[in-house]
Amino acid sequence: MTADALPAQRKQIDTIGLLGRFAPLIFLLVLMVAFWLAEPNFVKPLNLTNIVLQVSVTGLLAIGMTFVILTAGIDLSVGSLLAFAGLVGAAVAKGGLESRFAVGDVTEAAGYGWGLAMLAAIAVGVIGGTLQGLAITWLRVPPFVVTLGGMSVFRGAALLFSGGGPISGFSEGYTMWGKERLFRDLLGGVGLPVPALIFLGFAVIAFIVLRYTRYGRHVYAVGGNLEAARLSGLNVRFIITSVYVIMGFFAGLGAFVLSARLDSAEAVAGQGYELTVIASVVIGGTSLFGGQGSVVGTVIGALLIGVMLNGLQLNNVSSYIQQIVIGLVIVLAVAFDLFLKSRRKT
Amino acid sequence: MMTAADPLLSVTGLTKRFPGVVALSDVSLSVGRGEVHALLGENGAGKSTLLKILSGAQAPDEGSIVFDGRPVTIHSPLAAQEMGIVTIYQEFNLVPHLTIAENVFIGREPRRGPFIQWRRMERETRAILERIGMPLDPRRTVRTLSVAEQQMVEIARALSMRSRLIIMDEPTSALSEAEVTKLMGIVRDLRAEGLSIIFVTHRLDEVMAICDRFTVLRDGRNAGAGAIADVTVDDIIRLMVGRDVEALFARRDDGPTEGAEALRVEHLSRHGDGRDPHAVVLDDISLVARRGEILGIAGLVGSGRTELARAIFGADPVDRGRIFIDGKQAWIRAPHHAIRLGIGLAPEDRKQQALFLALAIRANISMATLDRLSRGIFVSEKAELAQVEEFRKALNIRMASPEQRVALLSGGNQQKVVLARWLALRPKILIVDEPTRGIDVAAKAEVHQLLYDMARSGIAVIAISSELPEILTISDRIITMRAGRITGEILRRDATEEKLMRMMTLGDTAPAAAAE
Repeated sequence: MTADALPAQRKQIDTIGLLGRFAPLIFLLVLMVAFWLAEPNFVKPLNLTNIVLQVSVTGLLAIGMTFVILTAGIDLSVGSLLAFAGLVGAAVAKGGLESRFAVGDVTEAAGYGWGLAMLAAIAVGVIGGTLQGLAITWLRVPPFVVTLGGMSVFRGAALLFSGGGPISGFSEGYTMWGKERLFRDLLGGVGLPVPALIFLGFAVIAFIVLRYTRYGRHVYAVGGNLEAARLSGLNVRFIITSVYVIMGFFAGLGAFVLSARLDSAEAVAGQGYELTVIASVVIGGTSLFGGQGSVVGTVIGALLIGVMLNGLQLNNVSSYIQQIVIGLVIVLAVAFDLFLKSRRKT
Repeated sequence: MMTAADPLLSVTGLTKRFPGVVALSDVSLSVGRGEVHALLGENGAGKSTLLKILSGAQAPDEGSIVFDGRPVTIHSPLAAQEMGIVTIYQEFNLVPHLTIAENVFIGREPRRGPFIQWRRMERETRAILERIGMPLDPRRTVRTLSVAEQQMVEIARALSMRSRLIIMDEPTSALSEAEVTKLMGIVRDLRAEGLSIIFVTHRLDEVMAICDRFTVLRDGRNAGAGAIADVTVDDIIRLMVGRDVEALFARRDDGPTEGAEALRVEHLSRHGDGRDPHAVVLDDISLVARRGEILGIAGLVGSGRTELARAIFGADPVDRGRIFIDGKQAWIRAPHHAIRLGIGLAPEDRKQQALFLALAIRANISMATLDRLSRGIFVSEKAELAQVEEFRKALNIRMASPEQRVALLSGGNQQKVVLARWLALRPKILIVDEPTRGIDVAAKAEVHQLLYDMARSGIAVIAISSELPEILTISDRIITMRAGRITGEILRRDATEEKLMRMMTLGDTAPAAAAE
């Protein structure tokens, strides 16, 4: 009786396992087909590349957030840090706040160029992330609290720094990082948006780091079992601090890309990004308890949110309803993940 | 199969299938009234599944359960409790921040209107604790209790529910010998009051001492049952492993005790733990461990043996004292310092302190040696797999593949994975804390053999165990501890359980130590 019952049951465990692993991807494809049927314009190359363009900034942040969440941490400050870093970068490009609205060559003359602007934005992100990481590891304040505080501190710093107003009107060298499309002969002349290429490029790098390097293994170990990691000789303080530094790097880079795309840096930029970013990671299957997940999932999670918003927009669903939908999807995604896990254990 | 005349619990034809595996197949179990019944079997034999079914955590696929003469279906843990079946799991279900009384009456607090009757709850808790000879203050928080005391709280809770059948899963695995003796006394008292108890343990001496009847499971089936009085330990082991295991636990020949000094600890002291800044954790500990020997450390729970291991390894801070490795003073403030100096520690709690349950076996074994297995920043998968293969063979780790999640292994194989992680480091000194806790008889013998092999290869092995027979089997030399101090040192050939017990509990100076 048991012998012939076995193969069928072994198959069943595979289905559940595979379903769990590919659920976000399957859901993404199903959603795309659904929107395609509702609105044929959805699958036009321009629209599809626009979706990737739209999620590229939160996607970049989500890559950093994947590292943080893998260690069982969280970073609520990403949106604020992004705003602050973007303003500092923009000010560097403009050579100060005096010519904040000047457009064109005037700015080139007074400022320090887009290269230093990008470095400045990233530096602000990295320093902010380092400070938060050190507060978590040396003051032993939980990540939730540290970054909740950081959320307020960096937003305040951004407002203080800019006096509340935006900095806008950058040179072409600057804005091309957000607006340009490369490989124009691809996709029927549509090409690939630069931010999308940056997002996907860093996703590949992060994937390699997490999957194939010693450091990546350490990140999973710390999130999986902190005490065991320590007793295995891992420098857990360094590792935990480092993920917030990485998060800060992506906040700075994201800030630069966003300001380039909007041709403006503002103190109110990135408000509510923490929700979208954490949602991308979680919908992608990374466990909030740490130790399990991947960047591939995060990319799919980010795209899923992008597709959902785009599809709703194309079908003229109000942006208020879109917010409600995103919130519900987060809860349902986690519930679905937990459901599959409980099935796998028994 | 023998059955009691008027059993309290009678299980027949129980079958439970999980995807890919049949956990229980046509299993029967009969427990009489006022009987202590041993449920035995190796890890993976199906004991846990049977317990889960009896406690209502899982539903069987086939089979019937008759409790107190009536056929029953146990839908949920609550239903089991209402019937009078209470299970005390190996990992306790206590809320650390609540008091003893709150834990005992959790979910069933005596109330008047919406208000909890605190005085009554505490009074009743105190009465139960006194009944089992454990006069603890019901207002203490559970967090501050020792493992043994926490277990007593679990038992008190079971008694407060007026249970008729108490199932104890590995109740003694975390207890010291003295505490085990005490627990045995309590179990006898409960039996005298007419309660039935199912006792799950790997310690067969306890089974012989306390149980009336037994049931052995093997590979999810009944392997045998009967009265304890009719069998010997060897009979039971044979039923459990399905083969003769004579000399399964042969002592090894007296190993060298004059090897070169690998580790010297001088005046190691630590005062104050997280709860009490004045607690004496370690008090002026000095010892030597030599290459090629197994140094046993014996002591009751709370004697400081685990704390000593952690202090040497740099896992906990110390106030004073020096550590020398190969005669050179070492500076150890964190585990990675100790590891660099060639010290390994296999901690007492595999799942909490050693394993990465979500990661593959491969990653678990390589975690302490990633530096060596990497080229630049990249981990060499090839080198990693070669390492897994080396230790799979050497330690006889039974696994489906190196990519299998370590959570899916049996306790014995998990322990081998932990040992493999440290052996991969090629350590000079390896400390093993409770190396065989919660693993089955056959795997235990294998782990002992591994420790002998390590010592023979020149490693200084320091072994900590709550089980005196184990300490007496594996050690060449034994140090006893009590209340953070070393109370004696004795060569294995001079030691007996009685002597060790006296040294551990009274701090008597042993003959061997006196001669030095």
